Amino acid sequence: MTLSTELQSETPSKLSVQHISKRYRSGGREVHALDDVSLEVGEGEFICLVGPSGCGKSTLLNIIAGLEFADEGRLYTAGAPITGPGRDRMVLFQEAALFPWLDVLDNVLFGLKLKPGLSGAERTEVAQFYLKLVGLEKFTKSYVHELSGGMKQRVALARALAPNPRVLLMDEPFAALDALTRQQLYGDLQDIWQQHRKTIVFVTHNVREAVCLGDRVALFSPHPGRIKEQFTITLPRRRDINSIELARYAIEITAALKGDARPSDEYAI
Amino acid sequence: MKHLLRALLFFVLALVAWEALFRAKIWSPVLVPSPVSVGRYLYEAAVDGTLWDATLVTMRRLLLGYGFGIALGLPLGLLTARFRIVKDTLGLVALGLQTLPSVCWVPLALLWFGQSETAMFFVVVMGTLWSMIIATDNGVRNVPPIYARAARTMGSSGLQLWFRVMLPASLPYIVSGMKQGWAFAWRSLMAAEIYVTILSGFGLGNLLHYGRELNAMEQVIGIMFVIIVIGLLADKILFSPWEKFLHRRWGTAK
Repeated sequence: MTLSTELQSETPSKLSVQHISKRYRSGGREVHALDDVSLEVGEGEFICLVGPSGCGKSTLLNIIAGLEFADEGRLYTAGAPITGPGRDRMVLFQEAALFPWLDVLDNVLFGLKLKPGLSGAERTEVAQFYLKLVGLEKFTKSYVHELSGGMKQRVALARALAPNPRVLLMDEPFAALDALTRQQLYGDLQDIWQQHRKTIVFVTHNVREAVCLGDRVALFSPHPGRIKEQFTITLPRRRDINSIELARYAIEITAALKGDARPSDEYAI
Repeated sequence: MKHLLRALLFFVLALVAWEALFRAKIWSPVLVPSPVSVGRYLYEAAVDGTLWDATLVTMRRLLLGYGFGIALGLPLGLLTARFRIVKDTLGLVALGLQTLPSVCWVPLALLWFGQSETAMFFVVVMGTLWSMIIATDNGVRNVPPIYARAARTMGSSGLQLWFRVMLPASLPYIVSGMKQGWAFAWRSLMAAEIYVTILSGFGLGNLLHYGRELNAMEQVIGIMFVIIVIGLLADKILFSPWEKFLHRRWGTAK
């Protein structure tokens, strides 16, 4: 395999979630996390799952990642059933989950080393390519604790992109960052997604964030977790989180969200 | 540099005070030897080779037993962390035996192995093994679950996951377990050497013991110094590099 073919995006995958249900026990109570949830995500589509805490959106993401299993229902990526974690689906967590015993480059190489068919030099070149893509080519030899929160998530993004997955699963990856860093990452993520098309499933409880990033926003409602409503966002890219058009969508979705909100729930708009 | 000078000055003053007390003849010179005679003993023991031989014998026993204890304790600790049944059996044994001061193994070792190197080896291993098992087990249990989740999504599983993620992630705990194991091994070996004479080799503990028998106080104190110096050097040579590594990678305080 040559480097150029390795760097070429694989075709982004169609993701099919069919009638997924999931219950688990928590503190002696049975939680109906997901109830007959079905979702079709097109090739290269950017979909955001939004909803209050406990609506099952993160559970669904974990099930797609293969880290948890559904009680009922089926999942397919590119027509193949999901039976566990796989290199075709990479995950970005809220915490960067970088490994402190490795430097930045070795963190990005971690997943690449498990991918067959590449020489050591090619792997390093691929890793450096993605570090450059996220703007951290000068930090290859840094250690994790030396990076800021935003830089850590950039490394995590490079690490997730490096094995060239077809689907990228993101679980509130920017929630712990400050507003300014977050806004910068919204822009960069949109650019990267447009250059290297991936099917992206992005979980958040920030409505504006969802509207800014997603082609589509799926609104979840809790107890039991269901998809309540879906919105297609037709705004042109690259979107600015502070634009008025974006705010209009956000207001509409927030109104729909508040339909089942309890007083204790808070939403960022 | 300022700290070094201050420390140096302190020790010089302490030596002067010691010599002054010796000259005041408050206590019998048999009980309180002069620092000069301690120095002379160490010099002579170094020149005629007894000091080096004893140090070599002791270090060989220590490193052999310690190395074996680590090499055995690490995988056993991984097993107790991985398998519930090992935790419920071996884990409990380790927890219990770790509270036993390792010098308490000496009588048993003598009965089982006689006055032999094997007995010494056994005592040092017992000093190291249990704390190593517990530290490793504890280390793995304290690895943030997100590391394993992230690794699994990247295709890591089975032994690869254990050796590339769980083991390095628990290094901070493992290193402190190794340090504790070292302290236990060192103390138990000294106790064993003082307690029993083994003809296959006289260690530092033996020299200490004979110093008492011969009423040679300068020998007793001289050997105590050597034991302290070895303890300090071991800390520098064996553990400093690891701690520097941890500090550099994890960003933890020194």
